[in-house]
Amino acid sequence: MVELVWLIPMLPLLGFLILLITGHLLGEPRAGWVATAFAGASFIATLIVLVGLLGKDSHAGGRSYEFVLFEWLPAGSLKVEAGFLLDPLSITMALFVTGVGALIHLYSIGYMHGDEKYSKFFLYLNLFLFSMLMLVFGNNLVVTFLGWEGVGACSYFLISFWHRRESAATAGKKAFVTNRVGDWGFMIATFAIWSALGTVTYTEIANSPAMSAATGTAVSLLLFVAAAGKSAQLPLYVWLPDAMEGPTPVSAMVHAATMVTSGVYLLVRMNNVLTDDALLVIAVIGATTALFAALCAVAQHDIKRVLAYSTVSQLGYMFLAIGSGAYVAAIFHVITHAFFKALLFLGSGSVIHGMHDEQDMRKMGALRIAMPITGATFIIGWLAIAGVPPFAGFWSKDEILLAAWEQKNIGPLLWVVGLVTALLTAYYMSRQVILVFFGDQRWDDDVHPHESSWTMTTPLCVLAVAAAAGGAINLPLVKDWLVLEHFLEPIFHHPHHFSSGTATKIALAVISVAAGLIGISIAVLSWMKRRIPTDRLEPEFLENAMYVDSSYARVVGGPGTTGFQKTADFDRRIVDGGVNGLARAVMKLGQLIQPTQSGYMRNYAVGVALGALAILVVLAWGLL
Amino acid sequence: MATQSVLAFVGPSVNWWALLPQMILLGAALLIMLVSALAPKQTSTPFVTVTTMCAAITSYIVATGLWNDVQRDGPSSSIASAFGIDGFSIFFTMLILVALAATALLSHGYLDKEGIDAPEFHALLLCSAAGAIVMASANDLVVMFIGLEALSIGLYVMIAMHDRRQEARESAIKYFVLGAFSSAFLLYGIALTYGATGSTNLIHIRDYLGAVVFRDQHLLMAAMALLLVGLSFKVAAAPFHFWAPDVYQGAPSPVTGWMASVAKAAGFAALLRIFFAAFASHRIDWTPIVSVLAAVTLVVGAVMAILQNDVKRMLAFSSVSHAGYVLIAVQAATDQGTAAALFYLFTYTFMVLGTFAVVGAMGRDDDHPLANYAGLGRSRPVLAIGFTILLLAQAGIPTTSGFVAKFQVIAAAVNNKNYVLAGLAMITAVVGAFMYLRIVMAMYVDNEEQKSSVPSWHWSTKVVVIAMVGFTLLAGLVPQFLIEFAEDAVPILIRG
Amino acid sequence: MLLNQFLILGAVLFATGVYGVLARRNGVMVLMSIELMLNAVNINLVAFGMQHGVVSGQVFALFVIAVAAAEVGVGLAIVLLLYRNRTSIDVEDFDLMRG
Repeated sequence: MVELVWLIPMLPLLGFLILLITGHLLGEPRAGWVATAFAGASFIATLIVLVGLLGKDSHAGGRSYEFVLFEWLPAGSLKVEAGFLLDPLSITMALFVTGVGALIHLYSIGYMHGDEKYSKFFLYLNLFLFSMLMLVFGNNLVVTFLGWEGVGACSYFLISFWHRRESAATAGKKAFVTNRVGDWGFMIATFAIWSALGTVTYTEIANSPAMSAATGTAVSLLLFVAAAGKSAQLPLYVWLPDAMEGPTPVSAMVHAATMVTSGVYLLVRMNNVLTDDALLVIAVIGATTALFAALCAVAQHDIKRVLAYSTVSQLGYMFLAIGSGAYVAAIFHVITHAFFKALLFLGSGSVIHGMHDEQDMRKMGALRIAMPITGATFIIGWLAIAGVPPFAGFWSKDEILLAAWEQKNIGPLLWVVGLVTALLTAYYMSRQVILVFFGDQRWDDDVHPHESSWTMTTPLCVLAVAAAAGGAINLPLVKDWLVLEHFLEPIFHHPHHFSSGTATKIALAVISVAAGLIGISIAVLSWMKRRIPTDRLEPEFLENAMYVDSSYARVVGGPGTTGFQKTADFDRRIVDGGVNGLARAVMKLGQLIQPTQSGYMRNYAVGVALGALAILVVLAWGLL
Repeated sequence: MATQSVLAFVGPSVNWWALLPQMILLGAALLIMLVSALAPKQTSTPFVTVTTMCAAITSYIVATGLWNDVQRDGPSSSIASAFGIDGFSIFFTMLILVALAATALLSHGYLDKEGIDAPEFHALLLCSAAGAIVMASANDLVVMFIGLEALSIGLYVMIAMHDRRQEARESAIKYFVLGAFSSAFLLYGIALTYGATGSTNLIHIRDYLGAVVFRDQHLLMAAMALLLVGLSFKVAAAPFHFWAPDVYQGAPSPVTGWMASVAKAAGFAALLRIFFAAFASHRIDWTPIVSVLAAVTLVVGAVMAILQNDVKRMLAFSSVSHAGYVLIAVQAATDQGTAAALFYLFTYTFMVLGTFAVVGAMGRDDDHPLANYAGLGRSRPVLAIGFTILLLAQAGIPTTSGFVAKFQVIAAAVNNKNYVLAGLAMITAVVGAFMYLRIVMAMYVDNEEQKSSVPSWHWSTKVVVIAMVGFTLLAGLVPQFLIEFAEDAVPILIRG
Repeated sequence: MLLNQFLILGAVLFATGVYGVLARRNGVMVLMSIELMLNAVNINLVAFGMQHGVVSGQVFALFVIAVAAAEVGVGLAIVLLLYRNRTSIDVEDFDLMRG
């Protein structure tokens, strides 16, 4: 059954082609159903292949298959094939990409209702799915790069899908420019690996002797630049919050669940070339990103921007895991994050839809009554991301924190950063839940929130189940329950093992749960209690609330707010400015040499004559 | 005694079969001129287009036969070694013929639309194509010079042929003066080469340079420098590129396409033949200069392109930066590099002709401010997709031939340990991509106020665009056949 | 034979031609300057031919003269075209396109 692997990417491609040709004829809602059918079929194909793969012997590469379609680019000694690599890692990625992807296709049928470019939207979604699967299944760096560029292109198209909005077009451009920096790292890394190892095929890289320390570190860091671009790490994360200009299903699928994790996939795939020095850098940047983005999320009012910063922060966790050498934990978190973040985004989409395109949380409140299913599923997503056991997020986050603790050089420091991030995560997510679903109604009278249609709520329910129970694929309680770890083990050169004793593990887990609960409590005390209508009959209680309010104001409102403001400024001035500055520098250079293009042909002749003189002098000088 | 020597004169043996491709083109040019002189009423645009197409196709069939001969019997040369019959020359012959057919088709609608005299245009086009073939095939510097002049003189007139455009005449004088100016440099270089080596035949020059160690190299170095100047001008490498934006903008679009594809390809053919093949023993002297030219060209092309607001000027600077990429392959001075250059030029020919086919059908009076392209995605969706693909291919996005071409070029530089140039090529690719994206964005962003009325497209333009897009995608997805074609075309300068 | 004298004459003529192209504003004078450059090359060709003791140099000079004649014909036609249109042959007037 493993031979069917080519079906997995080809089905979405087929869907794309059908929509490309007949999209206008199909119209709404048939175009949506066609796209969803192909995405679902792709998921089923993945399941079939998975069953086939599980039937194979797990020892000594028994579960690694390469299917070469044809030789694609022969360039001197380099042979690049167009081929698929089927192994536990790629099938794991494909499983949640197609699974979550199919659900989001289904959701979009309702969400995009009435849009004038309805069929085009699904066209892009299918094309995106195909590109993502090429990225995952490619058997060498160049095919992966093909998918890498493909998902990038789809991402720009989808961000600026509503391109009549100025902000959407700008956001698309920003994503494009930032991502090109990452792509540049990818290209250089590919060439460096080729010149050092003479191959770009994953299986051959895995079996190659190690590179020299300097080359290895350089290659690792270049790969990290690539990953940081795609997966929105400092300082290349700037495009992701702006990418929320795209339709919400796009935010869920492309900018939360799948595409942004491809950087994590790339580093895990290349795990045996990453050097210790590079891993330390990755861990530090990952942890910094996690903390930084969590701080940013605290100060947001837009329902989607909170989730966007949260995504950046969670991606930081994944890189922290990679930097600590815990690749399985990284992939585990990729999967659970895909579940709960897709759920949260789709939930927010449902809210936005029900509120007639309102995204400001200050104009929401008490929506759990009007939108019970959305509310209930969103709350499950919240518990999962906040790290409350036994929801999925707890297990994967806990493993990452443990890995950080055990990091050789600066483990405890990384752990503290991770822990603070966990606390902040719990806080800002609780704040969001409270602002949106609890408290008073703060919306205008002419808005009538309503629950969404079944095509939108079904994916919410499925994802809620996954977010609640997703941790089951890798439970640390009993050794045999570490299903994911055993499944992925063959692809790692140096499998990571936790060295801490059971007592330490439990202590760390308790502390992280406590941090989560503290975060939730702060939010409840500050946001929920404050919103309770002033009851003159309970002056003490009012006083209490006032007390919480003022302490909140002292902690967060005083220096806290300034801190958040500073972070936001840093974001806008330095990081944003860096990207814009690069563009401006190019423009400046252009304006500097533009006068040479004066329009007078005698000046052009001067150019020719001076050039000739320069070459003459250089050649003569070379002889002296 | 004089009589005796005349009687004793035996001309060199001529392989007429090998000269047939350009003879057919010249014959067709004569036919068109003759018919239009004798029966001016009957020489309609369809007649001349069909004649040119037939000539191109027949010629291409002959070239295919020659290619098979060369692959079977090995390369040779004819007319006292002045004319090369090798894979290299036939590769460029085929490239030029494809461009000729495409230009003839895409000018079909254009000439009527803009009111340009079709028979004259086609006769000049055919002569110019024959000149380009001679230039790419010549094993002798003087023959090469004559080919270059035939190519250029045809171009000067074709540029000036648009009656209503001030810009066309202006670009004609600019191209003429600067072209003749740089031709003089090239010719001076030829004369000095002749002085230093005692011959203008490239095979003799190669053998002589390989065997002799110079006591004083100054003459030879000056010769190389001047040859490089003349040819860099033709391929629009900085700082000899200044003419390109003005001339590309002013010239009628089909002529611009012809310049960007054929004039550039023929220039590179001559560059490779002279420097890669004949001056191979002195590569240590000329490769650093070509590297610097490549770097400057890449930067100037990419940086200037993003400042432009006229689509044709953008494409002109993009053409400059493409020259930079090919120069990277040239400076490698290896078989791999040369194959990469050939591949690049072949795929670029298709991209740029398709691009200018769209451009030519767009503007009124051939004016191309970027704003004219707003809303094209809505009014002409299929052609807008085609145009998008061609632009993305020029930007080097994967699955298009442009990606494979850039990949090969950079691979050649990396293999040569020239990492600085490889890195620079990638950075400028990023900068350049932004410019192409601007055009694509303009097409798909609706501009409610200015709904440009797009003139209707002639069917022949559509055929060209579809064919060029198809080839661009084909060569991007399964480039194997074209890579082998380019590799087979590398051996040059064989004594016969 | 005093080769260097001819080479220096050629170089001086060539440089004069280059100067003419760069400095002259009159279109016809620019064309004449280019002619000067081509003839400088002819002197070189003939001189080298004499030095090598073969006639090929002189033959090449004939080729160059022929090509130069064709080229200048086209050049004058273009200048005429511009004159009819703008009543000026000052090359500094031709600056519609720039930047």
